[in-house]
Amino acid sequence: MARLRLFRTTTVRLAMLYLGLFLASVLLVLWMVYWSTAGFVTGQADEEIKSEVRTLLERWQLGGVGALAAAVAERSARGDADGIYLLTLPTATPLTGNLSSWPPEASSDGWVTFDVRERGVDGDGSGKADARAIAATLPGGFRLLVGRDMRDVDAYADRLEAVIGWSLALTLALGVLGGMFMSRAMLRRLEDVNRTARAIGAGELAQRVPVGSGGDEFDRLATTINTMLDRIQDLLSGMRHVSQGIAHDLRTPLTRLRARLELALMEEQGPADPRAVLEEAVEEVDRLLATFRALLSIAEVESGAGQEPAIPVRLDELARRVAELYEPAAEIQGVALSVEAAGPVTVMGNEQLLAQALANLTDNAVKYTPAGGRVAIAVSAESGRALAIVADSGPGIPTEERERVVKRFARLERDQALPGSGLGLSLVEAVAHRHGGRLRLEDNAPGLRAVLDLPVA
Amino acid sequence: MKILVIEDDIQAAAYMAKGLREAGHVVDHARDGTEGLFLAGSEHYDVLVVDRMLPGRDGLSLLGVLRATGNDTPALVLSALGSVEDRVKGLRAGGDDYLTKPYAFSELLARLENLGRRRAPGQQAPTRLAVGGLELDLLARTASRDGRPIELQPREFQLLEFLMRNAGSVVTRTMLLEQVWNYHFDPQTNVIDVHIARLRQKVDKGFDPPMIHTVRGAGYMLRG
Repeated sequence: MARLRLFRTTTVRLAMLYLGLFLASVLLVLWMVYWSTAGFVTGQADEEIKSEVRTLLERWQLGGVGALAAAVAERSARGDADGIYLLTLPTATPLTGNLSSWPPEASSDGWVTFDVRERGVDGDGSGKADARAIAATLPGGFRLLVGRDMRDVDAYADRLEAVIGWSLALTLALGVLGGMFMSRAMLRRLEDVNRTARAIGAGELAQRVPVGSGGDEFDRLATTINTMLDRIQDLLSGMRHVSQGIAHDLRTPLTRLRARLELALMEEQGPADPRAVLEEAVEEVDRLLATFRALLSIAEVESGAGQEPAIPVRLDELARRVAELYEPAAEIQGVALSVEAAGPVTVMGNEQLLAQALANLTDNAVKYTPAGGRVAIAVSAESGRALAIVADSGPGIPTEERERVVKRFARLERDQALPGSGLGLSLVEAVAHRHGGRLRLEDNAPGLRAVLDLPVA
Repeated sequence: MKILVIEDDIQAAAYMAKGLREAGHVVDHARDGTEGLFLAGSEHYDVLVVDRMLPGRDGLSLLGVLRATGNDTPALVLSALGSVEDRVKGLRAGGDDYLTKPYAFSELLARLENLGRRRAPGQQAPTRLAVGGLELDLLARTASRDGRPIELQPREFQLLEFLMRNAGSVVTRTMLLEQVWNYHFDPQTNVIDVHIARLRQKVDKGFDPPMIHTVRGAGYMLRG
């Protein structure tokens, strides 16, 4: 089963495909080597035979049959050579040479191949012709046969074939082994990813894919997956935080509301002022809905749902309009609200969201600054960043609390009595993120300096 | 006004119809997009309430068909989808106003009356508005009450203009924020109340009777 599955994996299939291609090319190369080498050796033998025939015919022309017979006899006497010679009388009776009889295959003149039945061996049993020769009829009926014993050449070719066969077998074996080894190595690394994913699927969210030191594509994949997992874990813990927040901030008013309504029902003659009870209930529901809406809009901004195309937004004009909206409220509170912008500052984004972010920061600043204080909004652009700064002279936020107050439902201990949902800064941060920027909370000594840091258009 | 409510939630539609009838309007109810399209096309209505998600034919496509056939009855789109993009889509499809569920009935009523008024007699755009002793010159951007000039900031002028155009009807804080400031979000603190208080100082102080009234749980109303 395991082996079957192994063959179904992509890496193994790829390795097999590659092996097939490799084998085909090796086969082609070896065939070319065989064809050129064996062909060359055979051609060489043919050339030698032709030159012998020429030499012997010259002897015959110069010295007649006698000289030819002597030359043939002399060559036949060289026992060690591969040469085959035979000269016959017109009656086909052998005159001289190292063959005992004229081979029946050589009935006509020209190239002929035949089995050598003497010279100690009766053929090589391969069914292949052992010898190659030229047969020629001389004037007067004498016949001459000049040839070569090809068994050595054949043996060479056989050997070549065997070597090629073995090479192929070896290549195949090494290829299969190498392919298996490489696939295994790849599968093992993929299995690391798989195992981590399974563990996370089973609920072990802290699991991470092991990253090697090589920095290869598997390491990069592992790093990317780990980054993704970190983000998912962040989102999950954010969600857990939000559900705790919802549990507290929505349940408390719901409990209050329920108790109030239940109490009204319990009174014998009905509540003294049923209208007041209902009005209070509606107000409570409205507050709940406002919190609910704020949560939803943060979620929408964060998820970037249906991202509409960004348009150029003049941050300086936005700041002036927001200041104008809050100016009467600040005046009643006894807070001096000022706005300052050096020149036009443009960012790309969603005007409503950016306005809301600025409004939230201004709202906070005005709300928390005591009478006689001031709130200054400043918009500027420097080195590719657009900065919208809302600075107040209020009580500020302690350094160690600055990171926490941005979280949903997070409020400072001292502000619990003041109205507020603890969602304002979360929305500002979500808007900043969506626009590729961030929210920085700094010390205004005294007071808070909230910096909306965005990339300039 | 004659109002057509196209809403598939029967109970929600019944509440809405009851409230609208109590406010003195005539209400028809369609349960799905097909019926709604038929009614809107065959009868005359002053204003339509269209739920965005409807069986049969969704609210936005219904509006698309109506507008394509030349029917320009003002329509308020009701939707559970409240993001900025959803609102833009709703208005682009032919909606004249957009209200996210859950809504306060007073908000719905105020917006419907505002929509119905917008369509009222197609006379030329007026250059002067007058309610009681209050007069607004839209060209010269000046205001006066009982002949005495009132100094107004540009935004105060816009605020008063919107109140005067809707004189006798409730305008909600959200409507003011949307129409006067063009903001479609909840500014947490009641900044609008402070603006109204300021305007009241100028319009009502030293005059009788007061014209800008607070309508509890709903918003404001200017009456002559």
